[in-house]
Amino acid sequence: MREAQEITPKNKENDKSLKGTFASVLVVAAIIVVMWAGVFLIYMDRV
Amino acid sequence: MHRLEEIWLGLSAGVLVLFMVIVGYQAFALGMGPPSHKETIDPQKVDQTEPFDKPGVYETGENEYEVVMTLQAFGFTPNDIEVPAGAEVTFTMTSKDVSHGFQVAGTNINAMVMPGHIQEITHTFEEPGNYLVLCNEYCGSGHQLMSTEITVK
Amino acid sequence: MAKPLKDIIRDDPKKTLGVTPEDAKISKAYLSVAFITLLVGGLLGLVQGLERAGLLELPAWLNYYQVLTAHGILLILIFTAAFSIGYLYAGFSHTIGGLLPKVRKMAWAGFSLILVGVALVVATILMNEASVLYTFYPPLAASPVFYIGLVFVVLGIWSCALGVFINYHHWRKNHRGEVTPLFAFFTMGVFILWFFGSLGVTIEVLTLIPWSMGWKETINVMVSRTLFWSFGHTLVNVWYIIATSAWYVTIPKIIGGKIFSDKLARVVVIMLVILNIPGGFHHQIIDPGISETVKFLHVFMSVSIAFPSLMTAFAMFAVFERAGRKKGGKGLFGWFTKLPWGDVRFLAPMVAMIAFIPGGAGGLINTSNQMNQVIHNTMWVVGHFHITVGVTAVLTFFGICYWLVPYISKRQLTPQMNKLGIIQTIVWTVGMILMSGSQHMVGLLGDPRRTSYTTYGDHETALGWIPYEYVMAFGATLLLLGIIIQVYAVFNMMFLATKGESEFPIGEVEINAENTPLWTERWSLWIILLLMVVAMAYVVPIVDFVVNAPPGSPPIKTW
Repeated sequence: MREAQEITPKNKENDKSLKGTFASVLVVAAIIVVMWAGVFLIYMDRV
Repeated sequence: MHRLEEIWLGLSAGVLVLFMVIVGYQAFALGMGPPSHKETIDPQKVDQTEPFDKPGVYETGENEYEVVMTLQAFGFTPNDIEVPAGAEVTFTMTSKDVSHGFQVAGTNINAMVMPGHIQEITHTFEEPGNYLVLCNEYCGSGHQLMSTEITVK
Repeated sequence: MAKPLKDIIRDDPKKTLGVTPEDAKISKAYLSVAFITLLVGGLLGLVQGLERAGLLELPAWLNYYQVLTAHGILLILIFTAAFSIGYLYAGFSHTIGGLLPKVRKMAWAGFSLILVGVALVVATILMNEASVLYTFYPPLAASPVFYIGLVFVVLGIWSCALGVFINYHHWRKNHRGEVTPLFAFFTMGVFILWFFGSLGVTIEVLTLIPWSMGWKETINVMVSRTLFWSFGHTLVNVWYIIATSAWYVTIPKIIGGKIFSDKLARVVVIMLVILNIPGGFHHQIIDPGISETVKFLHVFMSVSIAFPSLMTAFAMFAVFERAGRKKGGKGLFGWFTKLPWGDVRFLAPMVAMIAFIPGGAGGLINTSNQMNQVIHNTMWVVGHFHITVGVTAVLTFFGICYWLVPYISKRQLTPQMNKLGIIQTIVWTVGMILMSGSQHMVGLLGDPRRTSYTTYGDHETALGWIPYEYVMAFGATLLLLGIIIQVYAVFNMMFLATKGESEFPIGEVEINAENTPLWTERWSLWIILLLMVVAMAYVVPIVDFVVNAPPGSPPIKTW
């Protein structure tokens, strides 16, 4: 039988938070938008 | 699903849709879409087909020019193009052999030119200078030599 | 009642559940071919990089475009196919408890077909009969033997695909009502996309053979090009799903975390399988003869496949955060430092994931309709695919080797090999930053791709590109060094490393994770949706190309 893994209450809250994940994906979105805008400006400059 | 994940999926979908709206508006409302001319030609009779029997630079209006150009393994015809600054130039092109890529470095002029199809792309040359025109689609052993210049005075 | 599969894996993952010795032999054979091809292809890559920067003069019997054709085909057709089959068959065998004997025969048949194909293709390239690059756009015509070689390679891959379909069906029949293991689901997704993605290019090649032999006078250039590009990007997404299979399934185990969501991973695979093929025209945005509306539809489909990747980004960061926090990581990013950076099995795929941020962003830029004019056929595109294939796919593949090769060779990942792997990953990352970075920048300045050393008669614009090309050549040197280290590590782990048991890392889901619904297994439905979406995107344009076709082009040999 699988022994039940005890999750202590303090650990449970810390375990469940995805704040770091959300911050990281925002950084990803920022990089995508900045790169896209950069090449878009080059396009507009050369139109 | 986790609440933050739902926010993220909504946000990222929004960014993608934003890109599409910007680019779609430009293409369809402002007519700045990519070169997509839909006219065909017999690739083995380019020299006998109007207007490619007389390639060259023609003035078609007030500061408007049309360059009728044929691309063939390792050269552009005409290969000495000169237009005044501010000229709006329309390139009407086709290929006499394999696929070529018509690119003017430093500008948005970038169009595939393929046998059997006539391609068209328009650009207004504001700054005077010597623009490098090159073929950017592999077309054979002399592909790296295939270039010419546009002089804008 | 037999112990359910999940418990068997959880209780004793080390027990050689699958990958029986015969199955392991298949994977070892494919991986050996993969890394020999990588060595040759990588060497050619350096030769190219040096010639391109004007630092190397090729001998008379070898021209730049021969090297370019071989570099392309060997790396993105043979290396990727051989590695993928080796890796997927090992994982498939492990997670479903061993391959059926007839499936093993199909894998070996595939192996010999691919080898015959490679021999034919390489022979024609060496004889300068096929300097048409890996896209072989007609009217450029290679020798018929070149196309026949490609057919053999595709038949080999289809043989392996059929093997997976048969074995998958067999497993489902014996495990009624049970969801297949996640790794097997990924394998199924890969081979379905690979099979349907390669239909277009196979039809193209079959029409090129009689044309290149002269039996057929002319070829429809636009139809051929369209059929090729219905395959192009789908192939890169086949590698991408293979890379994400490692990210979703093995990385959680390696870092001591849990799979974020089994169902989400399967939804990502299903979305990628359905949405992928109809984006083909993003390679033809500035072609004549295709209407802007159809191009925009394909542009939208290409942007839509960014969505599953953005879901993957969230899922992977969540896995890292949970694992990092469990190891005591505090604060917003404290978890980041707690990840096992010293373990190459994690470091390499992690660098691969990070590289996919600029890689994916570059893809979105490339496919943004008229913005494509800024970068089409320039070195920017070369920079783009060296990040996406060269780092995201290949560095994940390299990272997989450090647990897969010891596992199938009954040996261990020794600390020395792990350290060597860390060094390789660093060398690779620095090499790619230099090479791909300079390629991106010089591409924006207009430097064309697929062009040997030239200054266009010392034109000042072209002279401005040379410094970037020096940086590219330097990066390419580092990359060949990286390849040599990796090939050495693979064969060391296969034949020399200390004997012993090593683990096939298969992640487990969270304790209270919702179990995966059975509808995810309805592959026939996904295939129907796939075909409908492909029909939506391709039937109208292809009928137009055929009905309003201009007179075709005869075979032309301009080299």
